[in-house]
Amino acid sequence: MLALDKKDTTLFLIVLAAVIFAPFLLNPFPEGSELAQFNAGYPDLLQRFLIFGIFAIGFNILFGLTGYLSFGHAAFLGVGSYAGVWMMKLLTMNVVPAILMSIVFAGLFSLLVGYISLRRSGIYFSILTLAFAQMSFALAYSVLTPITNGETGLQLALDDPRVLGVSQVNGSIPPTNLFGLPMRESFELTMGGWVFTFNAGYYLCAVFMMVAFYLAIRIFRSPFGMMLRAVKSNQQRMNYTGLNSRPYTLAAFVISGMYAGLAGGLMVAMDPLAGAERMQWTASGEVVLMTILGGAGTLIGPVLGAGFIKYFENIFSKINDNILHQWFAFLPDGLEDALVFVIHPFIGKGWHLTLGIMFMLIVIFLPGGIVEGFRRLAQIGRRGTGGGKKSADAVPAPAE
Amino acid sequence: MDAILLQILNGLDKGSAYALIALGLTLIFGTLGVVNFAHGALFMIGAFCAVVLSRLLTLSSVSIDPEKVDFLGKPLKVETPYVELWFGPEVGAAIINWSVPLAILFAIPIMALVGLAMERGLIKYFYKRPHADQILVTFGLAIVLQEVIKYFFGANPIPTPAPDAFSGSFDFGAMIGMDPNVIIYPYWRIVYFLFAIGIIGAVFSFLQFTTFGMVVRAGMADRETVGLLGINIDRRFTVMFALAAIVAGLAGVMYAPINSPNYHMGMDFLVLSFVVVVVGGMGSLPGAVVAGFLLGILESFASMAQVVAFLPGINQIIIYLVAIVILLTRPRGLMGRKGVMES
Repeated sequence: MLALDKKDTTLFLIVLAAVIFAPFLLNPFPEGSELAQFNAGYPDLLQRFLIFGIFAIGFNILFGLTGYLSFGHAAFLGVGSYAGVWMMKLLTMNVVPAILMSIVFAGLFSLLVGYISLRRSGIYFSILTLAFAQMSFALAYSVLTPITNGETGLQLALDDPRVLGVSQVNGSIPPTNLFGLPMRESFELTMGGWVFTFNAGYYLCAVFMMVAFYLAIRIFRSPFGMMLRAVKSNQQRMNYTGLNSRPYTLAAFVISGMYAGLAGGLMVAMDPLAGAERMQWTASGEVVLMTILGGAGTLIGPVLGAGFIKYFENIFSKINDNILHQWFAFLPDGLEDALVFVIHPFIGKGWHLTLGIMFMLIVIFLPGGIVEGFRRLAQIGRRGTGGGKKSADAVPAPAE
Repeated sequence: MDAILLQILNGLDKGSAYALIALGLTLIFGTLGVVNFAHGALFMIGAFCAVVLSRLLTLSSVSIDPEKVDFLGKPLKVETPYVELWFGPEVGAAIINWSVPLAILFAIPIMALVGLAMERGLIKYFYKRPHADQILVTFGLAIVLQEVIKYFFGANPIPTPAPDAFSGSFDFGAMIGMDPNVIIYPYWRIVYFLFAIGIIGAVFSFLQFTTFGMVVRAGMADRETVGLLGINIDRRFTVMFALAAIVAGLAGVMYAPINSPNYHMGMDFLVLSFVVVVVGGMGSLPGAVVAGFLLGILESFASMAQVVAFLPGINQIIIYLVAIVILLTRPRGLMGRKGVMES
């Protein structure tokens, strides 16, 4: 199907199903129950899963295939966001031109950065991309204030021209929409104790995400993708065979920059504002974490990693001492307090500590990320049951 | 002329910090071949050593003074730091006042332990792994260290003043025969600069004039041959890692009065220090030091009002811009050795 082989088709269909039914799947606990805080089925978080999933898929096309570790990808996301907001300020609140323009601008910017940075490789490449990203961050913060609105961040205003649309409706800024369908429109379905929310913006992201994912599969399986893998495994040998690898790596860089731009454009489509902190190097570090955590160089890994980090970021940072005390209430008081005391540094504001530790453990023991973890589990399972060759090809179901 | 001199002086303190961190980074890279993204965290831990010591010294015993009353008529509580009780009020007050320089002594064993623990506990296992893995694991470690410090000390900067004797400024211009009141320079910054020069000198003479240093230099040039001669080069490299940690830590201790320590100061410096290392030339110790001072001074020139008026925003990006230009024109950096991280 769709010019994919059987295995990839299965993977694609699983991801498609997971994305379509995510508002169901991620809301397993009834409303008002104690476990409802673990639900991830609300639009804001779901959108973030997909947007960062796209970002990480794009990053993986560069890092996973060519091995070039870029520490400045957030800059492209930021450029995309700014371009998107400007389209909404100047043209219309329809999200289509905003998203298109964010892809185009991020692509152009990544062409410039890539052209220069790819002259070097290894750690020098990382430093060059880092330098470019920090430069754009610093400039967006200070000198480019007329374009980026500096510290406050770029926002829509009532008196923006919006030549193809209307500046304001009844004294307020019109919502972002897709040909009249507002992005924040949701449909709520109540079934027993459960409330499922289906959000228009989420499904727009889902469409883009599936297209992005499909393109990534095609790139992975294409001769172009093979060439990129060759760059990773031995660039010197490629050069000796008389092949210039720079056009290929540059193409991969620009493609991944455009993915980042798409992610930035979608962020703007969901919530029309853009700030310089999106370009800071910690944001670039985050996408590196996502890709590694999920499994660099695998198709599904980056999506898993993005979902994993965004989910735990939301859930972990919500848990506080009171909730812990409730959980451990069945234990004797002294033990309860001791447990809460031990766990306390890792939850709430300490979420980054947990993330850092998890990340280190993954890099140390499981360099292939979550995907490799599943593969090993499957192997152990196969050995245990003593057969079932099929499970070897089984692709782990996406968590998001 | 005086404006130029002033900018050079202003660049010295930041330049010293860059040079010290970059020196440590290069030591680690040159000996162990590891790219240490957690080096900024070591700098930060050093700064927090100063905070911890000044808190330890001001631990107080609370006694009630029956003769004095507060405005509500209750007996006044008097807090007396233990050091003042033990050593008498004058000596005690002086010790508290000098807590930052004293923290140097306090930080050396701590940083050595942290460095040894890091190298033996984690980095040892990453010699054979690709550079990308080394970057990633030390990046994770940096996040962890940073968050641990944040958990114990909070997110706000903690002011850690210099001793009173160095707290003011002095008229540097008048000292060298220029018009008075043209070049006013804070004492502590000159102290920091001299301190950095001292540390750098100590590290270089350690490498140059001791047998241990000679072996280490030989190991940097050709690790295998040194190993074949029956010398345990790994143990010496571990010591060098601890030394690099101490250098970063001391840079942090002395930087505490200039910039109040906060948990993310390490990351801020790390990015710039990496740029410094690359500009200086990966693996070149003199390169790291020269590039550190050079970029610090350049940064301060770029933030002159006249320059900023001419090229707005240049002060924010000058270091990165220089790095990009150098990397593209002189791929090995200013003083890079041949064959080090060429690919």
